[in-house]
Amino acid sequence: MKRFTVGVFAGLFALSAAYAAEPAKTTRMPAPSIQINKDRGEQCVEPTEEMRRNHMNYILHQRDETMHRGIRTTKHSLKNCINCHANPKTGSVLGKDGFCASCHHYAAVKIDCFECHTDRAEKKAAIPAGRPRQALAPVIRTALGQPRQRHQP
Amino acid sequence: MTINRRGFLGISGAAIAVSAVAPGLRLIELAEGRAPDQAVTPKQRWGLLIDAAKCADGCTACIDACHEENGVTGNNRPATDPQWIRKVTVEDNTTGFRQSFPVMCQHCEHPPCVDVCPTGASFKRADGIVLVDKHTCIGCRYCMMACPYKARSFIHEVTTGQKTHAPRGKGTVESCTLCVHKVDRGDNTTACAVACKKEGHEAILFGDLNDPGSEIRKRLKQKPSTQLRPDLKLNTGVRYQGV
Amino acid sequence: MANIHYRPFEGCTTGFYGVLAVLAGVLLAALGAAWYMEHNGHWVTGMTNQVIWGTPHVFAVFLIVAASGALNVASISSVFGRALYKPLSRLSGLLAVALLAGGLMVLVLDLGRPDRLIVAMTYYNFKSIFAWNIFLYVGFFAVVIVYLWMMMERKMNVYSKPVGLFAFTWRLILTTGTGSIFGFLVARDAYNSAVLAPMFIVFSFAYGLAIYLLVLMAAMKGSGRDLGDVVFTRLRRLLGVFIAGSFYFVLVYHLTNLYIAQRHGIEEFILLNGGIYTQMFWIGQMLVGGLIPMVICFHNGLGRSRALVTLACLLVVIGGLAQMYVTIIGGQAFPMQLLPDKTLVSSGFFDGVVASYRPSLPEILLGVGGVAIALLLTAVAVRALPFLPESLADAVADPHHKAA
Repeated sequence: MKRFTVGVFAGLFALSAAYAAEPAKTTRMPAPSIQINKDRGEQCVEPTEEMRRNHMNYILHQRDETMHRGIRTTKHSLKNCINCHANPKTGSVLGKDGFCASCHHYAAVKIDCFECHTDRAEKKAAIPAGRPRQALAPVIRTALGQPRQRHQP
Repeated sequence: MTINRRGFLGISGAAIAVSAVAPGLRLIELAEGRAPDQAVTPKQRWGLLIDAAKCADGCTACIDACHEENGVTGNNRPATDPQWIRKVTVEDNTTGFRQSFPVMCQHCEHPPCVDVCPTGASFKRADGIVLVDKHTCIGCRYCMMACPYKARSFIHEVTTGQKTHAPRGKGTVESCTLCVHKVDRGDNTTACAVACKKEGHEAILFGDLNDPGSEIRKRLKQKPSTQLRPDLKLNTGVRYQGV
Repeated sequence: MANIHYRPFEGCTTGFYGVLAVLAGVLLAALGAAWYMEHNGHWVTGMTNQVIWGTPHVFAVFLIVAASGALNVASISSVFGRALYKPLSRLSGLLAVALLAGGLMVLVLDLGRPDRLIVAMTYYNFKSIFAWNIFLYVGFFAVVIVYLWMMMERKMNVYSKPVGLFAFTWRLILTTGTGSIFGFLVARDAYNSAVLAPMFIVFSFAYGLAIYLLVLMAAMKGSGRDLGDVVFTRLRRLLGVFIAGSFYFVLVYHLTNLYIAQRHGIEEFILLNGGIYTQMFWIGQMLVGGLIPMVICFHNGLGRSRALVTLACLLVVIGGLAQMYVTIIGGQAFPMQLLPDKTLVSSGFFDGVVASYRPSLPEILLGVGGVAIALLLTAVAVRALPFLPESLADAVADPHHKAA
């Protein structure tokens, strides 16, 4: 009995040792370089610090609102995130310098958003539509008593 | 009629004002339907009316349009490639009379797929549209076992190049969404209905089954219609005439 | 009755470790197969949008049904007070847990998104039989483990009867839930029947006991312990009764369907012209899994042979898998109709035709892996803890036994 138990634990130990023996990386992971589509404005939908900490909660909340209740406001939608944050060169939030991928890789947090969602900005949205329209829309929305939000062309 | 300088300025000023305010007016118009921040309500029950008599043999416009609109792509493997809408041919057992019509998710009032889904990923929206919440779908495929219409597909392979409004990915189940993104936008139609109309058949009509003034209700009142698998009493949102 | 002594399996023989190694190898292959299916997507399997549940489900449902059946031996002792079954109870509880673990592993690894198991545990739709089953399965583990504790800890022995009764009730509800996965499906003609739940319960009696008897004979022989004819004969006759019960339910199920005109299509398909499914039914389920083992179990001459009874148990297992294949895959292969009095003749999506299905190697490996992990868990447990009695010789098992 004792011999058997010892055997089992020895096996497990050997296994974990094999994993630990993987050569440790000596260089630190380089911090992600974030490329933002500057045409879309300097300010995110919430203060940057807030977004850094809690973006997932905003997206999660919006996800259920849109999916189950048909609420299509864009302020906190993933679509809006991607349209603004897609890399101007690649049009994507993934890839080495992608906004989502680079940071999530750095933080070692796995996301599966993009197994279903496209990682690319909408074609139309990549080049911002006429400025005056964008400037006017929020005014009218406020007049209509709707929450102020970014205009979705 | 001559226009003096002052008049010209007035008209152009008005034109500029209209073009500037127009997007806002469009918003007001949408707000009367449903603003983006308003939730769907059971006041509407969206559905389709399919007139099999008008459905042309060999025409696949609705299928092509649907799959284009929603980015539904396959890999030339018919058994595992997804389908949201398909054409079927039925034959009368006694007379041998044949006809074809499209079949998609029937958006039941009592959807068996919703009953069996363990996580609630398969759900019915307040306005009657039956959807899969792919965020909570675990890919058990029990809904596909339960659906009498074979309306659902399991995504058997890695997908790329999805449409922004139609996320879809490996390991989850999908089906016709009644073009929910168009419905929410206030388009008041679906890709299949548009395509069918463009071909000149007008076999597919989208509308609100709860609104007595809607075209769909009027046509349903004029002529007899049926549901698929009427024995199951699922009260489908898709109705058929001419079968 | 003489005091029963339980002892862990002591033979650190190469044979024992050989068995462990083989089982571990099969399990590794199964995990590899599961990874392969998940990585590529399910198109690499035989499963399609027509046959949605394939070979993994055949094995998974079989193992889950057998798990609840394996607990029966313990129930007969605790609930129905049969002293003869008391020394057999611990192994019964162990097998129940191990088989359920095997079935669930297969079921979970076949999910489209097995990585979302946490979602299945946190989002519930209480109208779904699957959701009930998640509670029933997890609860079954807990209940049976407590039950084993009551049986194995002398101080707790007094509670083994009420806990045993609770576990027995739980297992009946569990198998009702498993049968109702199919029984509550209105869409397909092969399902949609309340009789599926009790039918699965009776199937579970047979499958569970067959596996129990196989494992008991192998374990007693492997550790050089006696298994007397009294216990052996009782168990084999009981197996015969359970097989006969299965026959009865299959008969009622098909007679009901034959009486309903709407169901004539599916009956003709399964009983007459369904090709592989018809063969699986008549040859696999009825002849191999039913008639032959029943004759062996009831026949006093043939039944005396341990080899033949081992064969009978194996045949019950094979017949059980055939039954699941007919029910699960045959039930999906048969086409559904959309309108009364009209036959679906064609479509771009395989409507109106019998769906083809061919099990792929990864699916089979995953299914067999479920069996492997169940046996592996059992082997390790009987090696580590006193599950098996030191002897089941006639004089020990039956105080009234008189040596001939």
